[in-house]
Amino acid sequence: MKVGRGGARRPLTRALPLAPSLVLLLLFLAGPIAYCAYIAFTDLQLTGQAHSSFVGFDNFTAAFKDDAFLNAVWLTLVFTVLSSLIGQNTLGLALAALMQRASKPVRTVTGAVVICAWVLPEVVAGFLLYAFFRREGTLNAILDWLHLPTQNWLFTLPILAVSFANVWRGTAFSMLVYSAALGEIPKEITEAAEMDGAGGWRRMWHITLPMIRRSIGTNLMLNTLQTLSVFGLIWVMTRGGPGNRSQTLPLFMYEQAFQKSMIGYGTAVALLLLVVGSLFSLVYMRLLRSEA
Amino acid sequence: MSSPRTVRHRLAADAGLLIVAAAFVLPLAWVVLSALDAHANLQVKIPDGVTLDNFDAVLTPDITFTPLLNSLLLCGGATLLTVASAALAAYPLSRYRSRFNNPFLATVLFATCLPITAIMVPVYALFVQVNLIDTMQGTIFFFAASQLPFAIWLMKNFMDGVPKELEEAAWTDGASSFQSLIRIVLPLMGPGISVVTVFSFVMMWGNFFVPFMLLLTPEQMPASVSINDFFGNRGTVVYGQLAAFSIIYSTPVILLYVLVARRFGGGFALGGAVKG
Repeated sequence: MKVGRGGARRPLTRALPLAPSLVLLLLFLAGPIAYCAYIAFTDLQLTGQAHSSFVGFDNFTAAFKDDAFLNAVWLTLVFTVLSSLIGQNTLGLALAALMQRASKPVRTVTGAVVICAWVLPEVVAGFLLYAFFRREGTLNAILDWLHLPTQNWLFTLPILAVSFANVWRGTAFSMLVYSAALGEIPKEITEAAEMDGAGGWRRMWHITLPMIRRSIGTNLMLNTLQTLSVFGLIWVMTRGGPGNRSQTLPLFMYEQAFQKSMIGYGTAVALLLLVVGSLFSLVYMRLLRSEA
Repeated sequence: MSSPRTVRHRLAADAGLLIVAAAFVLPLAWVVLSALDAHANLQVKIPDGVTLDNFDAVLTPDITFTPLLNSLLLCGGATLLTVASAALAAYPLSRYRSRFNNPFLATVLFATCLPITAIMVPVYALFVQVNLIDTMQGTIFFFAASQLPFAIWLMKNFMDGVPKELEEAAWTDGASSFQSLIRIVLPLMGPGISVVTVFSFVMMWGNFFVPFMLLLTPEQMPASVSINDFFGNRGTVVYGQLAAFSIIYSTPVILLYVLVARRFGGGFALGGAVKG
């Protein structure tokens, strides 16, 4: 076994280069997380911040009795399932599968367009989709041209509109993950299945999907984590409205903390979001480990 | 040897992709066409005549130059801090065996996935207490910290790819670890460093929530926040100008992405994607 210079005699000087990162991470990441865990149990308010007292689990019990909170939990679920699990994931896989067979120019153009939507800053994506879904926007113009009924999407179905926006913005990631995964399947396997007379769908279901299941797991995990923390996109498109009909947890948290000045309560919601995120994060790490 | 069946398959695949591409391109077409249209509204339409008036109107210090300069200061400063700290941290993690390495890397990977959005309220409360609220340096520090876990993770993997033997010669000549990091390891991992740099910068450039929460003074706001002024403070929304500004603000990240993707292929895209 090769031991680096200095052996085990100077472990501290060796660890010295870690210092700047450690300081930054402790002060600006671990610190706020610890502080989050603390103020979630207080009644800290934006005004008169000197007097905050420990209130135990009050914020959490209050949350689960709060219809607005339950509404936000429900909408977050809808948003995540629609845009991440169903939308980005399925569309990404479909695009990757089609790209394997398509001609090169079509593949290149589609890839460029989908990736462009993904590279744009979040707020810009929000404005583009806002313009698309507005009453006077492009979607209604097209529906009108096809003689289909139009409506004010951001008012009648706001959560659907923001979910579509998130699909538009996030599908490129799944597409890239699945393109890489499909590219790694040996040609002989698909060819053998074709010889045996397995049709396209059966090949997909019995051969392709089982072979890329690890990528599916990773992709679902990362998509979900990303979708859980979407704020700017929804904020730009609807501000969580009308009313609170597109108010997912991050927007609810923001409203409670800043528009209603209930920092303690808002942080309790943030802590719940953080715990859910951590659980997903742990599952993701397990997946990576079993992959190695 | 393309049989009629493969051709049919290819045509079907092409048609499917083109339909999706058409749906995806509509919002993009809106922003490009509206920026060139003197009478832009919310619909995709061919402009009556191409004009650069919208760009002229937004290219003022107030609307474009100051916010972009703020973005550059914030994201450039934080990226420098992130890349320098990550390169230093990656060295002992990649070069020395220690029983702390694995737990540390596991924690870093775990932190990579945490929803940063969730901790913004406590970060705000904390920044108010230590007087870092509404300061560029506070926002830069937080940006750097939030991007660090992923940067360390990437940097360590890239550094593992540089063979240790190359350094050993330098060591026998009496160079310190720090010297060999600067003179030998880092120059050999140019692609890795550019990927980490571009990725960190692109993520921060597009980030809205962090500066929205941590900065208060309008003069300090980066473009990701100031773009909302097109709706609030200036009366009726001039969509053509909003579109023109969106293009100016998005161009740097698109160029950076193209540049890096060209040189390093899909690997960057995937690495970059982890945080989506």
